[in-house]
Amino acid sequence: MEGRVWKYKDNVDTDVIIPARYLNTIDPEELKLHCMEDLDPEFSNKVQPGDIIVAGNNFGCGSSREHAPIAIKASGISCIVAKSFARIFFRNAINIGLPILEIEEADQIKHGGLLQVDLAKGIVTNLANGKKYQAIIMPPFLQDIFRQKGLIEYVRKSEKIMQLNS
Amino acid sequence: MGKTIAQKIIEQHCDGDKVDVGHIVKARVDLVMGNDVSGPMAVDIFNKININRLFDPEKVVLVADHFVPNKDIKSAEQVKVIRDFAKKYKLPHYYENEGIEHALLPERGLVLPGQLIAGADSHTVTYGALGAFAFGIGATDLAAAFATGWVWLKIPKTIKIVLSGFLQQWVSGKDVILEIIKKIGVDGATYKVLEFQGSGLSGLPMESRFTISNMAAESGAKAAIFPVDEKTIAYIEKNNKQSYSYYTSDDDAEFTETFELDLGSVPLQVAFPHLPSNSRNVEEIEKIKIDQVVIGSCTNGWIEDLRVAGQILKGKHIASNLRLIIIPATREIYKQALKEGLVEIFVEAGAIVSPPTCGPCLGGFMGILAEGERALATTNRNFIGRMGHNKSEVYLSNPAVAAASAVKGYIVHPQEVVN
Repeated sequence: MEGRVWKYKDNVDTDVIIPARYLNTIDPEELKLHCMEDLDPEFSNKVQPGDIIVAGNNFGCGSSREHAPIAIKASGISCIVAKSFARIFFRNAINIGLPILEIEEADQIKHGGLLQVDLAKGIVTNLANGKKYQAIIMPPFLQDIFRQKGLIEYVRKSEKIMQLNS
Repeated sequence: MGKTIAQKIIEQHCDGDKVDVGHIVKARVDLVMGNDVSGPMAVDIFNKININRLFDPEKVVLVADHFVPNKDIKSAEQVKVIRDFAKKYKLPHYYENEGIEHALLPERGLVLPGQLIAGADSHTVTYGALGAFAFGIGATDLAAAFATGWVWLKIPKTIKIVLSGFLQQWVSGKDVILEIIKKIGVDGATYKVLEFQGSGLSGLPMESRFTISNMAAESGAKAAIFPVDEKTIAYIEKNNKQSYSYYTSDDDAEFTETFELDLGSVPLQVAFPHLPSNSRNVEEIEKIKIDQVVIGSCTNGWIEDLRVAGQILKGKHIASNLRLIIIPATREIYKQALKEGLVEIFVEAGAIVSPPTCGPCLGGFMGILAEGERALATTNRNFIGRMGHNKSEVYLSNPAVAAASAVKGYIVHPQEVVN
């Protein structure tokens, strides 16, 4: 996948990703309208499908609200590349099938630039200067969840829920 | 090699999986919890699996606390979703307007040492104060757990924090955890467990431990575990007659870091906008005028917190042009505060006494800030827009500093108000 970069710093917290005043809905179409509102009012108006968020350390810190990765995914963001993720945001993103990659060199990527991402290999190419970065490889179990497009699909298939139902 | 408390608890909850740090396991939960923000999303996802039965209704807890009493039509509808779900599956543990989840569950005897508890709320870590391994999850995790009774998790490293000494006057668990977050940073404990040991434990009452475990979330911690001692046992046996087992870390368990903290050296402090790690000593700050004070939340809504506030507010009145909102964390705490005459002290002082709710802590309702306003709160986060307008500010402190500051109208040390 290839996309345009929205660049942010360290500690992008869940209150700026989706403020609590919007947590009285679960609708992704509503949530996306307010994504990043208190940090970057431009984002929800200008984000295009396929864009990529690049950030520093501790992306998604704060609350467990799954509304945060949902709002980002519904905005059309194809993946998030960060130096590190907060733990609940990390698991929520995996569980809903939103691609995330951890790379040390996220600082070097600039806002508005173009990135190419090979999810399977975890390789991010900075098209501005041709540099390639290797993301931390996820453990097999998490890769499995990703391949199934999220935890619920994983549960459905591997637990043979359908059989239990009949 | 020995194991930490966290490893031992996880080991008891997965079937023969190795609990080496870094491994991912599926762990059976003793309890799984959601609220009126995470619950409706989890219910929607669960319904799509089309399974129509829960793994064990006795182990599912749903608490409506964030936006109750219903803040608006949408919130009312969200509460209805979890209320109807609880009715459909005959959940014995559905609570609405009974209290804030992380104060309510210990009070109702639903948490025991040695348990593995997953909650769709970041402050689920609070239950570590009772020697449980308790961690935050999301709505999809919760839906999957409704169906299967397990949660996936990575075996965490543990940071050992050795406590010694005694807290100074007015200094509390809140200041201890602010001190720790200042030292290690808001991601200093990401994916890790904080484990507390040392002689200093004997001077830490349960409410301090709950506060410390609660705000460990703000260091990125997965869990924050206290050992079980006489204080823990006394607390548990008030609310629960069931048997339980508890663990201590082996002498040869591996800790990724160890550090020592002399409780006597912890100063009264305030976390400045916009990070919980941005703390400064109360005695070293200039005059900061405030518009609103909030005393409450899952962090500091305990009866002991209200008693400290009552001691400072007794016979006094809050500053003009300032709102003081006091929120007992549960209905029982509210009743106790009434019995002890605290509510009268609060009302006489000009405070607004709210029913138990998360309300203003997350910018929901019951005390929201306009542009340019400043609040001092005993809550746990002060990110941009946390309590209202994105150009408002939240400062975090303990209840004593909050109560004293409400009287003066700016952030002060309690000794400026008491005699």
